[in-house]
Amino acid sequence: MSIHIQVQTDDFNVGDEHNTLCSNNKSDGAVVTFTGLVREFSSGDNVIALELEHYPGMTEQLLQSIAEQAQTRWQLARICIIHRVGYLALGEQIVFVGVTSRHRQAAFEGAQFIMDYLKNHATFWKKEHFKDSSNWVEFKQSDKQALGKWES
Amino acid sequence: MAVGSEINPNDAISSAGKVELLFFGQLKERLKCSKLSLEISQPLTISELKLRLVSQYPHWQPWLEERELLAALNQTMSSSDEIVKAGDELAFFPPVTGG
Repeated sequence: MSIHIQVQTDDFNVGDEHNTLCSNNKSDGAVVTFTGLVREFSSGDNVIALELEHYPGMTEQLLQSIAEQAQTRWQLARICIIHRVGYLALGEQIVFVGVTSRHRQAAFEGAQFIMDYLKNHATFWKKEHFKDSSNWVEFKQSDKQALGKWES
Repeated sequence: MAVGSEINPNDAISSAGKVELLFFGQLKERLKCSKLSLEISQPLTISELKLRLVSQYPHWQPWLEERELLAALNQTMSSSDEIVKAGDELAFFPPVTGG
């Protein structure tokens, strides 16, 4: 079992990450990846960029712990989590989660679990930049509710 | 002589020292401060430490008393009754919004 965690300012290549998850991997029949992007519309205004900051050290530990929790619940041989920080323009990639498993259900659920936990626990803060202003993003209750499905 | 039972005057001194404080996200912007070394003379709870900060920086009060404010002691999420000692790292921040 392997876990790869990376917090970086640089962009990532989904194809490369996908290849890494698949290479020399004869036992897994499923790969699920999720990529989060900077989107245009938030609370009405046009977002032109996002600014992301994090708590260096704590963030990596939390992501590692989320990945380990996922591996205790599902048979996920490989997990890769990449999260970008800094100034990200519209359309840019923010986050990547990729997991491999023997079968698709564990891979789908594992990837979703990781994203739900990341949204609620990983120490990142997002600021939206508009044409003439900026605004810190508020925590969404819907993200908290998303955890409910894993708590049974 | 029961030497061990005597109060060691160094005990009080050894519990004094600095706590490294960190602030993130909107809180950092509001306080106009990302980090701060705070001298403490003895261990105190996170809420007591907040009161210390408020007495030292009264204009921080509304932000430090925000109900949703979170704290992490030595990079572990912590409740306000946990004890902070010299040499600890204590971070305050709003709810997280990554992903």
